[in-house]
Amino acid sequence: MTLHPRTTPYGDADGGASAATGGRAAPGNTGSPASRVLGVLALASVALLVLYGLVWSPPDAEMADSVRLMYIHVPAASFLYAGCFITTVASAMWLRRRTPGWDALAGASAEISLLFAAITLGTGSLWGRPTWGTYWTWDARLTSTALLTALLVGYLALRRLDVDPTARSTRAAVLGLLLVPNVIIVNRSVEWWRSLHQRSTLVKLDPTIEGQMLVALMVGFLAVGLVFTWLLVHRFRVAWLEYQSERLDLDLALAERRAEAGHAGEARESTPA
Amino acid sequence: MMAMTHAGYIAAGWGGAAALVGAYAAWVLRRGRTLSRQVPPEERRWS
Amino acid sequence: MWRDAALVAGRDLRVELRSRVTTNQVAPFSVLVLILFAFALDPDRQLLERLASGLYWTAVLFAALLAISRSAAIDETDGVRDALRLSGIDPAGVFVGKAAAVAVVLLGLEVLLGVGVVVLYGVDLAGAGLVVLAALAATVAVAATGTLYGALVSGLRVRETLLPLLLLPVLAPVLIGATRAFEAALAGVPADGWPWCGLLAGLAVLYTVAGALAYGTLLEGS
Repeated sequence: MTLHPRTTPYGDADGGASAATGGRAAPGNTGSPASRVLGVLALASVALLVLYGLVWSPPDAEMADSVRLMYIHVPAASFLYAGCFITTVASAMWLRRRTPGWDALAGASAEISLLFAAITLGTGSLWGRPTWGTYWTWDARLTSTALLTALLVGYLALRRLDVDPTARSTRAAVLGLLLVPNVIIVNRSVEWWRSLHQRSTLVKLDPTIEGQMLVALMVGFLAVGLVFTWLLVHRFRVAWLEYQSERLDLDLALAERRAEAGHAGEARESTPA
Repeated sequence: MMAMTHAGYIAAGWGGAAALVGAYAAWVLRRGRTLSRQVPPEERRWS
Repeated sequence: MWRDAALVAGRDLRVELRSRVTTNQVAPFSVLVLILFAFALDPDRQLLERLASGLYWTAVLFAALLAISRSAAIDETDGVRDALRLSGIDPAGVFVGKAAAVAVVLLGLEVLLGVGVVVLYGVDLAGAGLVVLAALAATVAVAATGTLYGALVSGLRVRETLLPLLLLPVLAPVLIGATRAFEAALAGVPADGWPWCGLLAGLAVLYTVAGALAYGTLLEGS
């Protein structure tokens, strides 16, 4: 859709000032001091999780070492839901305020939620194999997560439509608004359905979990949460830049169109009637 | 640590998660750099 | 709003009747699906009879995708959208009317498929009250949800592929509920099925309200 790719370098990779930016230092990326601090914290907490999760915490009495997958699986699932919540709220806010930031947030959050959905399903399934003997069981949690993944894929597909940006945002916002209600309905129905078969559902971590294992889980939540937030900040900024870029392309195209019309008008005027 | 039971599954799970997050992060950061070159700094709201 | 709804419903149904696509294409397709299931599952009468409820509702859902797609297509021809917007017709009325038309079409298909399942899979009808009410609730739920999602993908080149992707996960609870209700009815334990019927009714109400509220935004924003 770009007529003339704008290659003016507005930001150097080293963030140095240049004449084009009027002497102001411009970041050549989506970073900021705050996000860099966040990134460092995230990395540190991930390192801590590796230590607690893989080394310092003991194997479970029943599950042996496969419990270590739970230290990722459970937080990932939680933030998956958090991400869906953010998308729905952002969609509602967009419908209210119509400012592009909300649309960008809704899309960014959904994409990261999909990433976490993949991680949830992957770790859950890898946990299931040694524990239940099978990679997949139709238990409530895995089934709901699978359906939730489908909902997210659909939402993201709708966001890629090649239509007028406002129309696209409106449709996406309505769909996004329905995301959390759909998730709730699907979860309840699937749980009810699976409970009929008296299956023991995927073990929600034993609530009496304690000691090093509890610490590992808490660290898991911290690490996954920080990673989620860091990713969201950057993905949001990318979405924001995409919106700006699209807007600038449109402005450029309009300006060119007007310039052509101007020239054509002059040409006509200069020719004798 | 190598004496862990189910070591393969744990490696696959943790490794897979790390790989996915890493790849995604790399993609986001790279896209951020590309787009940053096209958008003037006034249009941004950070840094 | 009700008058507007009746107006739109009438128009949609008349378009369908005149084009005869439903009778000539969608209906045979749905029966074909039932037949395909038999091929896939080996026509061991016992197995098919046991699975009949699920297979029935799966076939209904596939047929519903087609019906909803056609319902959305009616408003895609040039200028119809704008005409609807400018005519002052209440968008909620448009929604209810379209959903009602889809529901009528679906009910017809369900009766046909019901006959199909009785004949092809050897099902014994029982628990008629539960069957009818569950089917009604499920139909309204599917029609309302479908009409709303149809509007989300209306006018898009990818409508036909995007609609199933968006709609089927959302309809999974309807499939679960309708199948469980039917199973309970056919097994002679309707008591088990009524709660599911309640779920279906809840979903029907929920999506009707949601659609009525959202339709205006969608009509304008596209």
